[in-house]
Amino acid sequence: MRLRRTLPALAAAVVLGTTATACASSGSSADASATQELKGQNLTVAAVWSGTEQENFKKVLEAFTEKTGATVSYTSTGDNLSTVVGSKIEGGDPMDVVMVAQPGVIKQFADKGWLAPLSPAVTDAAKKNYAGVWSSLGTVGGTQYGLYFKAADKSTVWYNPTAFQNAGVQPPTTFDDLLRTGRTLSDSGTPAFAVGGQAGWTLTDWFENVYLSQAGPELYDKLTRHEIPWTDPSVIKALTTLGKVFGDQQLVAGGGQGALQTDFPTSVQQVFGAQPKAAMTYEGDFVGGVIAAELKKQIGTDAKVFPFPAVDGGKAPVMGAGDAAVVLKGAKHAEAAQKFVEFLAGPEAAAVWAKAGGFISPNRAVDLSVYPDDTTRQFAKSVIDAGDTFRFDMSDQAPAAFGGTAGQGEWKDLQDFIADPSDVRGAAAKLEADAAKAYKG
Amino acid sequence: MSLRSPRRGQASGGALRRHRGLALLLVLPALLLLGALVVYPIGYSVARSLFDASGHRFVGLDNYGAAFTDHATLTAARNNAIWVAVAPALVTAVGLVFAVLTEKVRWATAFKLLVFMPMAISFLAAGIIFRTVYDADPHRGVLNAAAVAVHDTFDDQPSYPGARPRPGVGLDRVGSGDVTAPAATHVVLLPLVGVQPDTLPAGARTARRPDAGDGVSGTVFLDFVPGGGGHPGQLGPGKQGLPGIEVQLRDGGRTIATTTTADDGTFRFAAAPSATTTLVLPAADFAAPYRGVDWLGPALVTPAIIGAYIWIWAGFAMVIIAGGLANLPRETIEAARIDGAGEWQIFRRITVPQLAPVLGVVFITMVINVMKIFDLVYIIAPGPVQQDAGVLALRLYLVSFGGGNDQGLGSALSVLLLLLVVPVMLLNVRRFRGSRA
Repeated sequence: MRLRRTLPALAAAVVLGTTATACASSGSSADASATQELKGQNLTVAAVWSGTEQENFKKVLEAFTEKTGATVSYTSTGDNLSTVVGSKIEGGDPMDVVMVAQPGVIKQFADKGWLAPLSPAVTDAAKKNYAGVWSSLGTVGGTQYGLYFKAADKSTVWYNPTAFQNAGVQPPTTFDDLLRTGRTLSDSGTPAFAVGGQAGWTLTDWFENVYLSQAGPELYDKLTRHEIPWTDPSVIKALTTLGKVFGDQQLVAGGGQGALQTDFPTSVQQVFGAQPKAAMTYEGDFVGGVIAAELKKQIGTDAKVFPFPAVDGGKAPVMGAGDAAVVLKGAKHAEAAQKFVEFLAGPEAAAVWAKAGGFISPNRAVDLSVYPDDTTRQFAKSVIDAGDTFRFDMSDQAPAAFGGTAGQGEWKDLQDFIADPSDVRGAAAKLEADAAKAYKG
Repeated sequence: MSLRSPRRGQASGGALRRHRGLALLLVLPALLLLGALVVYPIGYSVARSLFDASGHRFVGLDNYGAAFTDHATLTAARNNAIWVAVAPALVTAVGLVFAVLTEKVRWATAFKLLVFMPMAISFLAAGIIFRTVYDADPHRGVLNAAAVAVHDTFDDQPSYPGARPRPGVGLDRVGSGDVTAPAATHVVLLPLVGVQPDTLPAGARTARRPDAGDGVSGTVFLDFVPGGGGHPGQLGPGKQGLPGIEVQLRDGGRTIATTTTADDGTFRFAAAPSATTTLVLPAADFAAPYRGVDWLGPALVTPAIIGAYIWIWAGFAMVIIAGGLANLPRETIEAARIDGAGEWQIFRRITVPQLAPVLGVVFITMVINVMKIFDLVYIIAPGPVQQDAGVLALRLYLVSFGGGNDQGLGSALSVLLLLLVVPVMLLNVRRFRGSRA
């Protein structure tokens, strides 16, 4: 899932670029009473971030140094986080703190005995400032190992305001409303959606939003753990709903076949490019990065966002992802490492990166006014407001063979489904067959 | 061989032992290398194929069972069969044609260089090139750009691509795409939607109701006001007429009259309205623009990739065959020519049979090469059709490392692939023996 990692990086790069104003002074406002208790300690921190994300994360590290006196050195692991961490541990030289994205990886690390439990100070701070769902995402077997520091919102529909204006429509608030709006847009001569179906993960994200809102968080969790089969009536219902969009030539530019020939960047370009071929595209907050960096459009004026609408009277879904800090067992500066994670759990650290842009914090205590623009603030607010109903991307939690591999598993099955949305039961049966195989292994 | 001769063995056992030791010593490095790089991996793969994904649990032949029941693997095997049946023969044939033709042209070297050039490009780059060549979007894929250009030369562009009748106002769209409405009243309104207002012809004016008269008249108009508003199906401010649309008046299946809409969308027929006549807007005016061929769709993806493969390897085949051609005895050809044989006869009866050994070498090389085809398929086939285009080597990789992480099944596939290649290898070795004797 390299794309998913690089896209947020791009997003960060761009949001920063457009809002690069007052970020220089952010970290240096540490209070004079800073104790410098950790002076002389040299903490090592590793994450997948590079480029702008790395720069901004380093601002957070500097703020920590200012506060405690400990110096922090950062290593970017690239995409192979597990491999890098594993070899460091085997070599007897583990980093102190590692930023991990998927809950599955936290579990994998914990099962291998690589992780130290977070200190009570950290878990208390998490309890105070975070919705319970974030703590449980970092918890394995009753012990909390991971603290989610950064969040991503993948329940965002991006639209071209000019197309909406031409058609005389407003951002919809329910899924039925969305379909109606889409038809009106199509009547006005602009197909409603561009769907980047050539990449399977855009389709899994579509499904997850519909399913989370329609079936509710409990069933979502069960399906995530494959405790209910993909042939469950709730899945059939969600696929049917999805088929209403993908089966309608008016709603999707080029219909299902057109979607399958469209890759993700093209789908964004179809909405925000020189000659818009569609009015809306659904994908996560990182779409903003593509819009600003590649298409040189202004977020908030040329491109706007509305939350993924509620389906069938359910609650509007808030689905996303995040990055969590874990402390490695055998860390040379275990105490400083725990202090660092405690620092990340507070609003201060999050505010440093938030001001720089391209960052949303799942921390309730972070003042929404620190975000540099309304769009980012909107994302942060919906993640905080979702509270315990926030759900982590389902396909990211599934075995890679099912939820994360091009041309097979869920990606392929959903692609086959949008090519022929009439066969809902057949699609569900195929999904179940592939899921059964992948979850067994 | 002298070492095997028993008499000399008895005569000087010490010398023999020394000989053997020396021979072994000389062969040892090669043996070690072969053992480490060929024998050991094969043995390890065979052993690994008997264990499950984690590598800890012995599962016997389960992985082979899984390989033969897995839908994707069976597709891959089928595609491999297509590849072996089609690609080597085509590469050899194209190479042969090029080789024979270059003998006759003046700029043979330049031509050969050109055809051979793709060999100098890495498979990855070639794959990326052809991914773009086959792209469905005519603005990117050169093949579809050509297809669309040719299509549009012979076929008129629709004036309002994508337009369709406003639903729920009594207009029908029949299977052929024609828009129909009963011509039972004096005035018939034909509201259409799905056209971007800024794409209308410059002459288009606000739609109006046609003047009253005896015959059937009406208005074809864009039933959408920019910014929304207005009543669907009715004329009103902001609604533009659609000029230049063909309107037919039909009685049953017979076309009585044909006319074209004016700048304000109005049209008029002299015939009186009746219950049996209908107004028809032929589909040609609304057809979605021709988008070319879906080269990388499930149906055509394998032939498309084989095309890219031929582009790369035809040059190689040509050079080898041209080499063989240069060594052919000329006398037979000249004799045939004196006997009055035509060029085609000479090619079929003299050149090809004499070239058979060279053609065989090229063909067998290509068969082995095609069996392990991987990179082109991996790069050219887009995600949604990757399984449809899959081949065994690609499946092997995906199963082992590309998300499946089941190296047990992957090893089983590699063993199967080896078993498939072995007969061809044996054939090749036999041929080498034969040619030496």
